[in-house]
Amino acid sequence: MPALSIRNLVKVYANGVVALQGIDLEVAEADFFALLGPNGAGKTTVIGIITALVTKSAGEVEVFGHNIDDHLDAAKACLGVVPQELNLNVFDQVENIVVNQAGFYGIPKKRARYRAQECLEQMQLWDRRHEVARNLSGGMKRRLMIARALVHSPRLLILDEPTAGVDIEIRRSMWQFLREINQAGTTIILTTHYLEEAENLCRHVAIIDGGRLIQHQPMADFLRTLHQQTYLVTTMDPIAEIPQLPGFVVSQINEHELEIEVRRESNLNEMFAALNATGTKVISMRNKTNRLEELFFDLTDRKNALSDEGIA
Amino acid sequence: MNFQQQLICLRTLVRKEFSRVMRIWVQTIVPPVITMSLYFVIFGNLIGRRIGQMEGFDYMQYIAPGLIMMSVITNSYGNVVSSFFGAKFQRHLEEMLVAPMATWAIILGHVAGGVVRGLMVGFVVTLIALFFTEVHIANIFITISVVVLTSVVFALGGLINAIFARKFDDISIIPSFVLAPLTYLGGVFYSISLLPPIAQKISLMNPILYMVNAFRYGMLGVSDIDITRAYVIIMVFGTGLFFTCMILIDKGVGIRE
Repeated sequence: MPALSIRNLVKVYANGVVALQGIDLEVAEADFFALLGPNGAGKTTVIGIITALVTKSAGEVEVFGHNIDDHLDAAKACLGVVPQELNLNVFDQVENIVVNQAGFYGIPKKRARYRAQECLEQMQLWDRRHEVARNLSGGMKRRLMIARALVHSPRLLILDEPTAGVDIEIRRSMWQFLREINQAGTTIILTTHYLEEAENLCRHVAIIDGGRLIQHQPMADFLRTLHQQTYLVTTMDPIAEIPQLPGFVVSQINEHELEIEVRRESNLNEMFAALNATGTKVISMRNKTNRLEELFFDLTDRKNALSDEGIA
Repeated sequence: MNFQQQLICLRTLVRKEFSRVMRIWVQTIVPPVITMSLYFVIFGNLIGRRIGQMEGFDYMQYIAPGLIMMSVITNSYGNVVSSFFGAKFQRHLEEMLVAPMATWAIILGHVAGGVVRGLMVGFVVTLIALFFTEVHIANIFITISVVVLTSVVFALGGLINAIFARKFDDISIIPSFVLAPLTYLGGVFYSISLLPPIAQKISLMNPILYMVNAFRYGMLGVSDIDITRAYVIIMVFGTGLFFTCMILIDKGVGIRE
């Protein structure tokens, strides 16, 4: 049984804006799933409908087999959600916020307090439990929202840009934590603008643009569709003239750095062999941009270009 | 979720609302106490002496039940409208909406907060009244049942106001332009027998008149209206408002896009 099944989901807002134009999506149980798209693509609307904060215009949504039209409470019980915008009672204490959320899921107070401690410790917020939420930093508020979403041990956790405004150290520790709960069996749907985050964490990816699903496949398969990758190569010696590498497009960035485009039909061994042949000594190499980012821009730009030409 | 779990949801919300009332006691408890003290001093003590007796009681004694009821009404209403709208505005209402919490629990939890604040303020105003006059209780059952039921009715009214409110102006319009006039004209300061016949008939269309008079009957044993009719009106309003809240929240009016 899939964790989430969406069929022909349509949303037209009261002001006439068509946010979703018939989306079909399936997320397997225990998957780590990236739901990507540019701003205004419809990601948050999809999440709003799944969590019953937005009413759908048409289509069907099932959470672990519970149709939200017929068994909304059963579907809600499986869900934990971290919304994009802060939705905390900023005048309440950190611990109260999490304990109360457990209470809203029918968890008795003793158990709620125990779970709140666990979740706050995992989010490194236990020391701040008596603090009023208003006094927390932006990153801490985000972590508090994650702790709150986890307090009832949801089977499906939906994270709408959970690491926005979080520093890199905390972000990495959150990644590790999310990996752990995913390995323990929690299905995770992640929307993020940090595509490196999606590439690192997620096993499947879907891209929404203009209210339509334009990509939906395993992350590895998706990344393999990348036609070319661009690498930045740092050389040991200053570059006197741009080395000629047959089959590769090379340009010089600065005295010690080259930009090399590698097509899908080529490979890195060939690139290094060509560099060796020109006597260029490489001391380091990195991707110019994240692979998923390149594909993302390729897909969304192509669609927009087609749309501009009246083709899409 | 089963009924036991829904009761946990309800208890959680009641606790949350109660702690909100206590956390901001300077806003919730102190202002009505000061206002009502001024009413007792000015209307009861200074002006009341010149008015003399009303329905066989000193004017101060006569208006005490009305002033207590007025504070209960405005605070029950005000607590729910500000708490629910605040939760909508800050979006932490979503904590309840994403959870499998029954609509009746959401309603009762907020109403309980309003009733707690209304009764707390009512109790403190009663204590203040003791400094100015003798407070009678003619029928304790009527006194308590009417004040609790009235508090519930206005807490439900506040909830409906908050459901429809989109901006802060919307939560002050009804209290200022509807609730205050109806309360002041609802027999708090006078007996409707003093009014001309046509004004008496118009006054009988004001539901607050029945609540104030029923409460006054519980305390002093005098009333301008029939007590049974007062109970019927309070119950009809309470039931009607509760089911209106149920329908509005289930439909997502004002709380879902």
